[in-house]
Formats: sequence, structure tokens, C-alpha cells
Amino acid sequence: MNGTPMVHADRVSKSFGSNRVLKSISLTVNTGEVLCLVGPSGSGKSTFLRCINHLERVDAGRLSVEGQLVGYRQKGEKLYELRPREAAFQRREIGMVFQRFNLFPHLTALENIIQAPMRVKGMSKAKASKRAVELMERVGLGDKAGHYPAHLSGGQQQRVAIARALAMDPKLMLFDEPTSALDPELVGEVLDVMKELASTGMTMIVVTHEMGFAREVADSLVFMDGGVVVESGNPREVLSNPQHGRTKAFLSKVL
Amino acid sequence: MLNTPGQDAPGQGAPAAAGSGPLAADQEGEAIKAIPLRHPWRVLVAVVLVLMLAVFVLDAAQREDFGWADVGKYVFDKRISQAALVTLQLTVYAMVIAIVLGLLLAIMRLSPNPVVKSVAWLYIWIFRGTPVYVQLVFWGIVSLIYPVLTIGVPFMAPWVSFHNDIFTNLFVTAVIGLALNEAAYMSEIVRAGLLSVDEGQEEASRALAMSWGQTMRFVVVPQAMRIIIPPTGNEVISMLKTTSLVAAIPLSIDLYGVSRGISAVTFTPVPLLIVASLWYLLFTSVLMVGQHFIEKRFARGSGQRKADKQ
Repeated sequence: MNGTPMVHADRVSKSFGSNRVLKSISLTVNTGEVLCLVGPSGSGKSTFLRCINHLERVDAGRLSVEGQLVGYRQKGEKLYELRPREAAFQRREIGMVFQRFNLFPHLTALENIIQAPMRVKGMSKAKASKRAVELMERVGLGDKAGHYPAHLSGGQQQRVAIARALAMDPKLMLFDEPTSALDPELVGEVLDVMKELASTGMTMIVVTHEMGFAREVADSLVFMDGGVVVESGNPREVLSNPQHGRTKAFLSKVL
Repeated sequence: MLNTPGQDAPGQGAPAAAGSGPLAADQEGEAIKAIPLRHPWRVLVAVVLVLMLAVFVLDAAQREDFGWADVGKYVFDKRISQAALVTLQLTVYAMVIAIVLGLLLAIMRLSPNPVVKSVAWLYIWIFRGTPVYVQLVFWGIVSLIYPVLTIGVPFMAPWVSFHNDIFTNLFVTAVIGLALNEAAYMSEIVRAGLLSVDEGQEEASRALAMSWGQTMRFVVVPQAMRIIIPPTGNEVISMLKTTSLVAAIPLSIDLYGVSRGISAVTFTPVPLLIVASLWYLLFTSVLMVGQHFIEKRFARGSGQRKADKQ
């Protein structure tokens, strides 16, 4: 492991109009770490996640992935906004999984997975398909390659979405409430895939309400509320012995 | 959608295997054998309609003004079939240009640049807000307003200047006139299609590092097609019929124009109107069948239908 953290946020702020959703967020995620972001809805955790792959623009502070500024290039004292093509290049090694899966409904599971490797990396269809089949097997859906998303359950769809993100061989995976849109009995199968992924040393940032997952898998836990980091630390300690009143109040409702 | 017959026929046959459920079959209620509701009005309306139609057909078959002999004579006349080809050409050329221009206008209207957006809006406002007949008359005389076209800097000597031959060719004028009008409608159809695609799709595509162009081409447009195709099919059918308005330019080599030309000589307008209508009906029928299959193809993965490829 080198000294550069995978993600480093230094006093990051972000506003939508006059609404400040992120207020001076500072945190570090090292390579191989799993970070869980928890907090009430509207606390800014999803927005922060979306800033990391530049789906949202940071207004203040510095956010970098592997030492590289996200969305901007620094030349001397000045910051230059990246061109769309350059921003896209930064996203190549950052996978993202969405709450509502966002699979491409007009494509089969396999076609969903091979799109980015083919279009972005120029991989041949045969090679991309071979890799996609391996990934489908890894998420336990080896027999569903030809299915359209509409014919898969929510849990299966989300596992395809994870395989789709993995197909780009990311160094960092972002999960935006990956189990919130699922029926309760389907949550486990998705969490199992994420646990397996964490055990292989993948760096992961997970916005979640699954405290059990956080306790079991995460290396660190950050509790956000009102756009600020209220409390952070070892997940078992924070969950069993929260220091801050807001953390206590939140945990008493979800645990 | 309905249950397959035989799978549930309550009260029929021997009691089902014991232990198959909390309720054994012999405990089920008695089968309903009611007398079905009758619909006397439905029958009456149907009979009246059939009678009226029969009377009309029998009467029309004997009426001299319809000139059925002339219909038979002209329906495969070479002049008519050639004119039908012109109508098809007008339709295809005008629609192709209109779809390309409409896509451009739709993207312009979704542009973040307010000037680009307004220009597209202005275009659509003018071309949808005035009758196509009036527009065609205008394009017919535009070569009188602009007899010479020049390229250059305003108020300076022109670099190139040439005689306006574009709008003296009436066929080209007709294609341009129809296409410019149709583009305004097509742009609204395309825009509705693009807006119908969930934002999450674009987001997922961007998160996978795909560029704007790739996102459009591989993710957004294929999904928008499902919304765009059916009304576009209607527009093609509508365009086929609108081509008869090129008489306003005046262009008279299309199906309706030639039919009118022949009847002006033979003084038999009705049979030639029927001949033209038969050809229009033939084309629109073929287009409707084609549209049905295209719609089916673009419904893939929509969840409404079972995927038929598996």
C-alpha cells in the first residue's frame, strides 16, 4: 500500500442554489478500506458519494482520488474545469451502484455488462462477453445472461448492476443505498455479493442503512447529518457507543 | 392473461389429491351455471349498420357517376402508377430530411445555450403555427423574392453569387417545403422521446465513463425510440397524404395531381378520385403493417411483453 489515500476529501462543500448540502466534509479512505456512510435522508451522504465520481460538482475544498483532483486540473495557482472527456476518463476506475439499479432496460444482462468495456476501453465483444459471463457467475447469476432486466428480481438486477460496474475493473466502488429499493428478503443476496467483494480487498464507499453490514464489513463508519460529519470511527465502537447526541438519536431509530 | 383452461375447473372431476392445500377440492362451492346476460342493443346496432352499408354499396355499384369501368381502366394506367411513385419519393425524401432536421431541433431545444434553444423554439413556433398549404405556396414563389443567392459578408461585395435554381425546380421545392414543415412536428416527437428516458440511465452511463455521444447513441436514443417510433409512423402516413397539397406550389406530377390532370381532360372526376384514393389506401395500409412490426421490435425489454428471443 502506498502513502496516497484512495479518496481524500479536504473541507469539501457543495450547494444546490442557496441550499448548502455539504459543509466542509473532510475524510480519508485508504486503499482496501470499506467505509460506510450513514445518516438520515437529506444529510448529504449521497451527494458526497456523487461528488467522488464527479456526477456532482464540488464548490469548495479539495476532493481527490488517488491524489488526483476530481473534476479539475490544477495549474500553478489556478484551477481549470475538466472537459467532459477528461472527466469521463477519471471515472473509468470508479464503479458506481445506484439505489434504483439503473440497468439499461433495452439490453440483456450480458449486454448491460459489456457496454462500457466495449465502448470505453475498446475491448472486443468476445473478450468482453467472456469476462461478463465470469462476473455473472461471481454474483451468482451465471444462468441469467440472456435475461432482460424487467425479467429479473430487484436483487438480481442489483447484482447485475454490481457486475456491470466491476466489468470496468474499478479500483474504487461507490454504493448509493444499494439495498434500499429491495424487498426485505432480497437484501441479503446483494449484501453477500458486497461482502465477498470487500473480502477481495476492494476499496468501497457504501451509503447504507444496513447497520449489520456496517458492523460486520466496514473498516470505518461516518455518521453524517445536515451536511456535516457528526461522528466517525470504528463501526463497532460508533454503533455500540455513539458519542454524539444526534448519532444516538439516529441509531436509536434504525437499530 | 387468462388462466389456462383445465388448470382450474372447480367442482369438476374427483376430489384433488389430499393434502394439496388447506381446502380440499370437495369443499369447493358449486359451479355457476347462470344464463348469460343478453345484449339486444348490440345486435340491433350491428344489424342496422350492416344494412346501411349494404344499401350504400348496392347503390354505389349501380350509380353512373362513380364510373366503375373508368376506375378499372385507370387504376393500372402507367401515368397513374408513375405518379404514385412520385408521391412515394416525395414522402420518403421529405420524411428523411424532416427526421434529421427534427433530431437536430430537438437537441437544440434541450441545449443549455439559451440562444440555441430560442432559435429552435422560434422555428417550431412558425412552422407549426402556419398551415402547410400556405407554406407550400410561399416556397413556390420564394424564387421571385430571392432571385439571386449570395454568400459573403453583409454590405460587402459577395464572394459567390448564383441564380436561385433550387426553388425553380418544383419537385425539390415540394420536398423542401414538406420537410421544413414536418421537421417542426418531428422535433417535438423526438424531444418527447428523449425526455421520456429516465435520468438515472444517463447517470449510470456517465458513471461507466461513457461520453455524451456514446450515452446518447447506446443508451438514451435506443430507449427513446420506443416513444418516437409510433408517432413517427403516423407522421409518415400523414405525410403520404399531405403530399397531395403540393398542388399549391404548383407541382402536378404526384398521384393526386396526375389524377386531376387526367380527369380535367376526360371530364370524369369521380373515378379518378377513386383511383387516387385506392393507391393512397394501398400505401397507407402497407405502412401500417410495417409500423406494427417496428413497434414490436422496439418494445424489447419493456416488461409489457414477454421477451420473445429466449
